[in-house]
Amino acid sequence: MPPREGVYGLLAEFNTPDELVHATKLAHGAGYRRMESYTPYPVEEAAEALHFHKTRVPLVCLLGGLAGLTTGALLEIWINVWGYPLNLRAMPLFSWPAFVVPAYECTILFSGLSTCFGMLALNGLPQVYHPLFNAPNFADGATSDKFFLCLEANDPQFDLVETRKLLERCSPVSVVEVQH
Amino acid sequence: MATQGPIPEIDDPTLDPRTGEYAVIAPGHTFRSVTQKIAGIVLTDNTPTAWLGGLFLAATVAMGVVVAVTWLVLKGVGIWGITIPGAWGFAIINFVWWIGIGHAGTLISAILLLFKQTWRNSINRFAEAMTIFAVCCAAMFPLLHVGRPWLGYWLLPYPNSMNVWPQFRSPLAWDVFAVSTYATISIVFWYMGMIPDFGTLRDRAKNPLAKYAYGMLSMGWRGSTRHWIRYESASLLLAGLSTPLVLSVHTTISFDFAVAAMAGWHTTIFPPYFVAGAVYSGFAMVLTLAIPIRKFYHLEDLVTLRHLDNMAKVMLATGSIVGYGYGMEVFMSWYSASHWEFFMMWNRMFGPMGWAYWVLILTNLAIPLTTLWSRKLRVNAGYLFFLSFVVNIGMWFERFVIVVTSLYRDYLPSSWGTYRATKWDYMLFIGTWGLFSTLFLLFARFAPMIPMSEIRTMLPAAKLGNGGEDAKTVVQEAI
Repeated sequence: MPPREGVYGLLAEFNTPDELVHATKLAHGAGYRRMESYTPYPVEEAAEALHFHKTRVPLVCLLGGLAGLTTGALLEIWINVWGYPLNLRAMPLFSWPAFVVPAYECTILFSGLSTCFGMLALNGLPQVYHPLFNAPNFADGATSDKFFLCLEANDPQFDLVETRKLLERCSPVSVVEVQH
Repeated sequence: MATQGPIPEIDDPTLDPRTGEYAVIAPGHTFRSVTQKIAGIVLTDNTPTAWLGGLFLAATVAMGVVVAVTWLVLKGVGIWGITIPGAWGFAIINFVWWIGIGHAGTLISAILLLFKQTWRNSINRFAEAMTIFAVCCAAMFPLLHVGRPWLGYWLLPYPNSMNVWPQFRSPLAWDVFAVSTYATISIVFWYMGMIPDFGTLRDRAKNPLAKYAYGMLSMGWRGSTRHWIRYESASLLLAGLSTPLVLSVHTTISFDFAVAAMAGWHTTIFPPYFVAGAVYSGFAMVLTLAIPIRKFYHLEDLVTLRHLDNMAKVMLATGSIVGYGYGMEVFMSWYSASHWEFFMMWNRMFGPMGWAYWVLILTNLAIPLTTLWSRKLRVNAGYLFFLSFVVNIGMWFERFVIVVTSLYRDYLPSSWGTYRATKWDYMLFIGTWGLFSTLFLLFARFAPMIPMSEIRTMLPAAKLGNGGEDAKTVVQEAI
């Protein structure tokens, strides 16, 4: 468990995505790894600067889809062949072309739900409390028009003075200390 | 062609000087101005009087649903105009009409996202909302039409003491899966899209109750880059899943008809022609909603004439496919050399209800497909508003013609009948307009109508590389 008291990290505020990406690259170059940037819209370059590529969401989606396909197909086959066999128009009991649509819909349903909930779970949401919400400039700007970089205190490189110096070299609007 | 040839000097600031097209977003907007504009609609303390009036009117009309359904449950489906042979009637017409309207929302949110049509961002959210509310109205009809809606769960496969299971070779069972999946995935996609915007509303809300409610709805969204990348990945995956889904839903609905051995229904053109018709009516409904909304909330900067122009173009394309479908139906009724098919088409055009066919030709083909070629009319909001009603009337008549004319005079002349809707049919149908409008007005007041985060990505300030080490990539992009 990370410490729940004291400093969570240092939060630098920027006006443009360019400055944020620049600062992120600088911090990554200086060896910082426990850090995160916050933007009001998706900035792919910021993720590249963090060296974050693997989302694992597609894998969750695939697994959900396979589960849905299996569930839908087995359900139909079991019902129509064993559970409740009906001889309709002398069609074979295992008339698979007729089973395509519901099995397909189950595939979409399961993969769609697992994509959405899988994404939320991987993101650790819902999480209604986060230390960053304590920073007043974060609450005002992070979901509107400002770009933030937070270097977290649990990084081995973290040092209140040195880290602040590093961030201030990137000409941020402000650097604030965030408490847990 | 508007985009060819030398472009004359343009003074209008809403026109893009490079292409002569209207800009997707009017110039001069910043991240903050967009946020204030869209969040301001929701977070204002002054609820517009016109909104309250509209809600009152819509909710009053929606009472029609309550009354009609109550009476239906008490008396049974005999109060409707459905008879043998015309057993489908308004319930199925309205079901197909409403669910078709919903299709434009998914097309905008999913298919246009995959095609990187960024103009969709402005109209995406309320088109999705329209989808969900249209599906709510649509789903009611088949459920009531089964006669005992309180036993509606019998449609689902579940172990029961009767030891009876659904019969998966019937398209009616496919429908249950298609429509319920469509409704679920649409809601999930819609809600997921709103999570970041709920975060914005939470951060800007002054009222503690609003702050709490939006905070819960946003699930603690804080715009973390890692979250965004997973979120974008999930959005693209959901778009990729919804694209075949939306095509499959109206295809499945067309199978309800096409699998039956009825003259006029048993054709292979039904799936594509139903999907095109669905998108056609759906875009008409998006226009019906977008034009008053942009006027009332002064959103002309974000829902620009470019959007209206593009939507009108989609209507022109899908309307032409629908026109092709009508032509092919007529051709096949002759080319099939089937007596029954030929009679069905003759009866459809010149029988006792032939007027409905000509109404549909006038409203679906004659009026829109002649006028939408004109750019002046495509950017004329008043005309498009009028046209959107014309097309939706036409699309309702299309379903009326398909459902009623094939059924009421089938193979055996001794069993011919007619179809007359009753006041309960009309009350329920008109009531669903009220229900739809009520839900939409509530959405417009309490949820962000335009996706703020997606609009931000389109602003010039979001372009990276205004200097520094990223300048190199911009130069490469320009080459």
